[in-house]
Amino acid sequence: MSYESRPVSARYRQNLRNNLGGRLIGILLFLCASVTVVTTIGIVAILCIEGFSFFAEVSPIEFFTGTKWTPLFTSKGFGVLPLISGTLLIGLGAACVALPLGTLTAIYLSEYATPKIRSVLKPMVEVLSGIPTVVYGYFALTFVSPFIKEYLYPEAGPYMAISAIIVVGIMIVPIVASISDDALRAVPRELREAAYGVGSSRLEVTTRVAFPAALSGIIASYILAISRAIGETMAVTVAAGARPNLTANPLEAVQTMTAYIVSVSLGDTPHGTIEFKTIFAVGLTLFFMTLVMNVISSRITKRFREVYD
Amino acid sequence: MSSENNPSRVRSGLGSSDFRTNLAFRHLKGRMFYLLCLFGSLVGILLLVTLINDIRQDGFSYMSKHFFTNFPSRKPEIAGFHGAIMGTLWVMGIVAITSFPIGVGAALYLEEYAKRNKLTSLIQTNISNLAGVPSIVFGILGLQLFVRGTIGYGPAICIGEQCGFGRSVMSGALTLTLLILPIVIVAAQEAIKSVPPSIREASYGVGATKWQTVSSHVLPQAMPGIMTGMILALSRAIGETAPIIMIGALTFVAFRPEGPLDPFTAMPIQVLNWISRPQAAFHDLAATGIVVLLVTLLTMNTIAVLIRVKLGRSSSR
Repeated sequence: MSYESRPVSARYRQNLRNNLGGRLIGILLFLCASVTVVTTIGIVAILCIEGFSFFAEVSPIEFFTGTKWTPLFTSKGFGVLPLISGTLLIGLGAACVALPLGTLTAIYLSEYATPKIRSVLKPMVEVLSGIPTVVYGYFALTFVSPFIKEYLYPEAGPYMAISAIIVVGIMIVPIVASISDDALRAVPRELREAAYGVGSSRLEVTTRVAFPAALSGIIASYILAISRAIGETMAVTVAAGARPNLTANPLEAVQTMTAYIVSVSLGDTPHGTIEFKTIFAVGLTLFFMTLVMNVISSRITKRFREVYD
Repeated sequence: MSSENNPSRVRSGLGSSDFRTNLAFRHLKGRMFYLLCLFGSLVGILLLVTLINDIRQDGFSYMSKHFFTNFPSRKPEIAGFHGAIMGTLWVMGIVAITSFPIGVGAALYLEEYAKRNKLTSLIQTNISNLAGVPSIVFGILGLQLFVRGTIGYGPAICIGEQCGFGRSVMSGALTLTLLILPIVIVAAQEAIKSVPPSIREASYGVGATKWQTVSSHVLPQAMPGIMTGMILALSRAIGETAPIIMIGALTFVAFRPEGPLDPFTAMPIQVLNWISRPQAAFHDLAATGIVVLLVTLLTMNTIAVLIRVKLGRSSSR
């Protein structure tokens, strides 16, 4: 990536005289890094500007406490609770699938698997997070939902939260497994050896020494995974349906915040209307929910690092 | 795991002296826990196999030459993936061109140039937070910033009648660039960090400047790692659906984009379009599209692994 083709000695002399080029490159590279900061500022600015202009027309109290979400109908309801409940139902439901599976996988990988099995199993688990989410949507709609309908709950409609919960849960298993595995492996060997030395079995070392010692890292992975599930869009849009529904029943169709945003952008709602501005208000809510969870998760991770490094 | 039927449990009141008498039960418990962990880690793999099998069953019914050369149609027999493949190629080409220099530049700045101060740690924290922002939020950003050329306040950036880039390849590509930038930067940082300091010191020792050291020693050494990260980031971008739906990639496109300002569709968008139709024939088309998408991803990941393997070999020399 040389930007000059003169001999080294000439370049060297020139740089000694005046390091303008070097400084210029430093500035250029700084600008590259600042793109990420500008992105964040852009996201916050756009969500806030359009979101606040939405809240100028709809009171935040109505937005956050209303239970009817029908902004595209003639009798408009701007209560976001049905979307939040749909999002939390999927997010927490997916957690019920992913946290046990991910934790067991992490424990298996770090405490039981031989290096050879580990080198095969870990990449295979990580493939789960590399599959596009629209593929999970297809799987939920053409395999999981019909399966549930046929064998478990024949009254269900074509869309149901449970099938989105299952695929989103599987999708976030690698997040839990990977980060928890790292946390377990960061537990110093001495702790384990001390426990073995007083006669503990492997189960006891795992559950009473390694697991508690890695707990903060494991919890950080849980929060991160739930935050990822909440922000998930396509599988939920395809499998969970498009009906804002204030329910905790996973067999019904629900709509999440992300699915709502997609449904508006797929429709022909004109820009600048109050109907269109709802996506910014919903987006703002979603952004802050995931941001708070990510910040908590990274705080916990940092604290955990200080203990063992 | 019930413990009532184990006789040794009765004596557990004796405290630590039952350590040995309990041994068989403790070993049994350990065995059960081992099996539980093994089972837990196999569930994910099992579902992966089921998923691939589900797609494989329907995914080849429409696989033919037409599928790659035709545009979508209302008739499933003649519907094809051509527009979507070309759209994805266009978008990914621009994403690669924009995200590589910006991502590597940012990583070089953070690793080689930045002082350890508050600003640097702010940028670093910001990058890791940005990686956790839901992709649909990036879609909202792209919709305002690139499609309409405004942040919603003040004047839009317009050239003549055209404000922003419209619902075009360019808008989609720039949105995805911002989305994968945190991944590219973090991967490039890891690659740059792994270049041993002795190489830099040797370069400085013979009188090279910072940029000479970075450009002719650090970067070439880090390049395989950077390329691996870059390919993995691009393969993430290929599968992203939500942000490009937001910026308005069309779901029915009977043409291929000829330039960066043309409207387009992309592989995941076309797949979504076929999934959301009620007829089973379109679901099979979707499965065929998914096969193409997954084979593309698999190829890219294999290339990334090959580069990593080659890197391992060259660094051991």
